[in-house]
Amino acid sequence: MVTVHQINRLVNGIILNGTAPDQDFSHAFASDLMSDVLTIDKEGMILLTGLSTLQTIRTAEMSNVYCVVVARGKRVTNEMLKLAKEHSIAVISCSSSMFAASGRLYENGIKPVY
Amino acid sequence: MEMQFHIEGGDFSGAGTASSEVKKVLKQLNISPMIIRRIAVALYEAEVNVVAHAFSGEMTVNIESDKIQICIVDEGPGIEDIEQAMQEGFSTASDKVREMGFGAGMGLPNIKRNTDEMKLSSIPGKGTTIEIIVKF
Repeated sequence: MVTVHQINRLVNGIILNGTAPDQDFSHAFASDLMSDVLTIDKEGMILLTGLSTLQTIRTAEMSNVYCVVVARGKRVTNEMLKLAKEHSIAVISCSSSMFAASGRLYENGIKPVY
Repeated sequence: MEMQFHIEGGDFSGAGTASSEVKKVLKQLNISPMIIRRIAVALYEAEVNVVAHAFSGEMTVNIESDKIQICIVDEGPGIEDIEQAMQEGFSTASDKVREMGFGAGMGLPNIKRNTDEMKLSSIPGKGTTIEIIVKF
């Protein structure tokens, strides 16, 4: 079972919100396009994104995504964290690019959605 | 059960609050998480559409024992060609909407995909009405 802490270690990030349901985060999807994220129906999915806005968290909330990795150290606002906490969505910030973070997760067994 | 929400056009930070409220209520009603997800995604896409394109909108949600019925009526520029708007990839969204991660012309097809019934009507220059039904 892949936990939020394990994902954080893999992407060498910082956990900004660690509260998330007990879920096996076995799959990941990387996108800046929230419309694309909203088309995916996959439990236990990690969202890697370079888009750090309130709508990133809202999209996660609507799609039942409980782990968001914000790449390239993009600023995560207090408003975003408040919303993430309210809906138990873990938020990890990492300084590496989406490509590098995705690669680290992929080589450690996290599966693509497609 | 009936719920009503006002959606403000251009209020990007508020986009999703109505959908979030509806999702909360559906969870309390013990509806299957898969169905709740479909409803939440469709509602959110519709809400983002109002924020992105209209001046304001009113969302009316009716929850019955076997289905949820949602009607969103907005005041705005309307849609000239509904058939074209339904095509994946067609979008008239502004840069601001694209910066939010939307505006790729995927919203309306995604609403259709997640609902059992969807009716879209519009009067150009006046506004757009979308009615959706999801069966439990």
